[in-house]
Amino acid sequence: MPGVSLRNIWKRFGTTEVLKGISLDLEEGEFVVLVGPSGCGKSTLLNIVAGLETLSEGDVLIGDRVVNDVPPKDRNIAMVFQSYSLYPTKTVRKNITFGMEIRRVEKAHQDAALRSVSELLHIDPYLERKPGQLSGGQRQRVAMARALVRDPDVFLFDEPLSNLDAKLRIEMRTEIKKLHKRLEKSIIYVTHDQIEAMTLASRIAVMDAGHIRQFAPPEEIYESPADLFVASFIGSPPMNIVRGRVEQDDGIRITVENDGGPAIRFPVPEKFAAGASAYLGKDVDLGLRPETVTAEGGQTGSDLFAFDRPIELVEPTGPDTMLVFGLGGQEVIARVRPEDARPAGQQFRFVANMAKAKLFDPETGRRI
Amino acid sequence: MSGRTDDIVRPKGARQAVLRVLLFVILGLFAAYYLLPLFVMVSTSLKTLEEIRTGTLVSLPGTVTFEPWAKAWSAACVGVKCEGLKPYFWNSVLIAVPGVAISTFLGALAGYALTKWRFRGADVIFGLMLFGAFIPFQVILLPMARTLGLLGLAGTIPGLILVHVVYGLAFTTLFFRNFAVGVSDSIVQAAKIDGAGFFSIFFRILVPMAVPTFGVTVIWQFTQIWNDFLFGVAFTSSDSNPVTVALNNVVATSTGVKEYNVDMAAAILAGLPTLLVYVIAGRYFVRGLAAGAVKG
Repeated sequence: MPGVSLRNIWKRFGTTEVLKGISLDLEEGEFVVLVGPSGCGKSTLLNIVAGLETLSEGDVLIGDRVVNDVPPKDRNIAMVFQSYSLYPTKTVRKNITFGMEIRRVEKAHQDAALRSVSELLHIDPYLERKPGQLSGGQRQRVAMARALVRDPDVFLFDEPLSNLDAKLRIEMRTEIKKLHKRLEKSIIYVTHDQIEAMTLASRIAVMDAGHIRQFAPPEEIYESPADLFVASFIGSPPMNIVRGRVEQDDGIRITVENDGGPAIRFPVPEKFAAGASAYLGKDVDLGLRPETVTAEGGQTGSDLFAFDRPIELVEPTGPDTMLVFGLGGQEVIARVRPEDARPAGQQFRFVANMAKAKLFDPETGRRI
Repeated sequence: MSGRTDDIVRPKGARQAVLRVLLFVILGLFAAYYLLPLFVMVSTSLKTLEEIRTGTLVSLPGTVTFEPWAKAWSAACVGVKCEGLKPYFWNSVLIAVPGVAISTFLGALAGYALTKWRFRGADVIFGLMLFGAFIPFQVILLPMARTLGLLGLAGTIPGLILVHVVYGLAFTTLFFRNFAVGVSDSIVQAAKIDGAGFFSIFFRILVPMAVPTFGVTVIWQFTQIWNDFLFGVAFTSSDSNPVTVALNNVVATSTGVKEYNVDMAAAILAGLPTLLVYVIAGRYFVRGLAAGAVKG
């Protein structure tokens, strides 16, 4: 089970640059998720690994082998497509064994391989049906079976769950994760859904406009995003970003001005003070995840800071209630326990956990 | 087939009933108008010459006779030979079957290659082929005669097959290209990862999916080739004439008594194969024409 290395990959279509020097190393058995908004180049990158698209510059290695000029069938990869891409005129059985037939695998071996994947994915009952007679979830399983039966070095998934309804998507997500645990094969998985990325990946590569913004384990991506883009892309609801001025008072503070209300002066905890002091008198972006802004008593910690703002909107989600309020001209979401929520229009005392706040340079977007 | 549009609630009442009756009366009239020529042909072909002379055009035959059919098939005079349509009918079969098969196969291959194995200039080539569909028959008569002469195929059945294949390619390629455009690229990608090459993807994945398109193309090409008169009369000599040319020679003879019953029988015989192809492959025709309009 070799890993995959991408070395300074460029892809150009005419004058448009889709990938701008991507380097990425996948270790053996790793589950890497490429995530980013549509058009960021993640699917192109996957197709380059698969050999379905050529690259303009750079090297793709599977194991120790440079595969730039190796056609897809000889790369020992398997791919699951977004639209399943099953062969519509073939039965499920034939869909799964087609690749083996082409490669002239012995019949007995074919049957054994078919049996093991159909048991693994529970598709036995509909082996003789055509794809048109299957539901979306069943087709997805068949598409995965077709990939699994190849027993490849690397699995490539191209937004495999995006055509499924919400409930099925969560089920299949869990199943893919179990499958990875069991097979311990390298997987590259493309999605635009940050929750899928967080739940599945051993490492996430966040992509934007042909660059990799950050490549790190999910917890690290969430807790210490490299820049504003990663911070606001990962997390749902997204991180609140407000602009404020760094000032020296009793310690470093970030002052956020408000229309129709007093300015709020967020204290900067010790650990950020050194970085923030370089911005004295200048603007910074303050990032606060919704769960770090709660009602009083909603969280514990040493760097809690309380402030008052009127509630603009109340959005119950069940386990939590989102309170939307204005701060520094931005809409900010606070995540409070349902019993702490108050109706819209009321003044409310919010508590922000400043130890979990992130500061960003407003010009470069880099984390301070 | 019953569809979900069958059960939509419609207005009721006397006015609607009257309109409905009116609708069916009009439809009935149109149907009768279309069927009348066929009725006249069939009934005339079953009458004796005597009865044709004395009776009216639309009357049913008093005594049914199959004599004219037998004569049209094996005894009517085509020019100076009196062997009926039979040898020419087989000529047409020998022209139409290979002509349809070759042009359909090449069109399928070209349509697949132009969409799924794209190369520089693919669009230009397709544009030129499409242009071929708009060239009138008459324009190519002289150049084609010259070409057939150079190839040594002038006046022969293989020569006429070549003409039909070349002329038909524009249409068959268009049909299959439109089909292949609707086939998801990722199916081809999946097949490539599975290890299939150009021909195994074509024969094992694309062809089974294209059955309705084959239906349309076969009907279209068969009708074109079987019914063709101009190429037949221009590029074959008397022994290799297709049935359409022979029919003309039977009917347009200027000697002897005009045998309307034999003429009618001969015309029906010459038209039967196209009718048969519609009956056999017809259900694919509509399906193929509508293919790609909705996601299957």
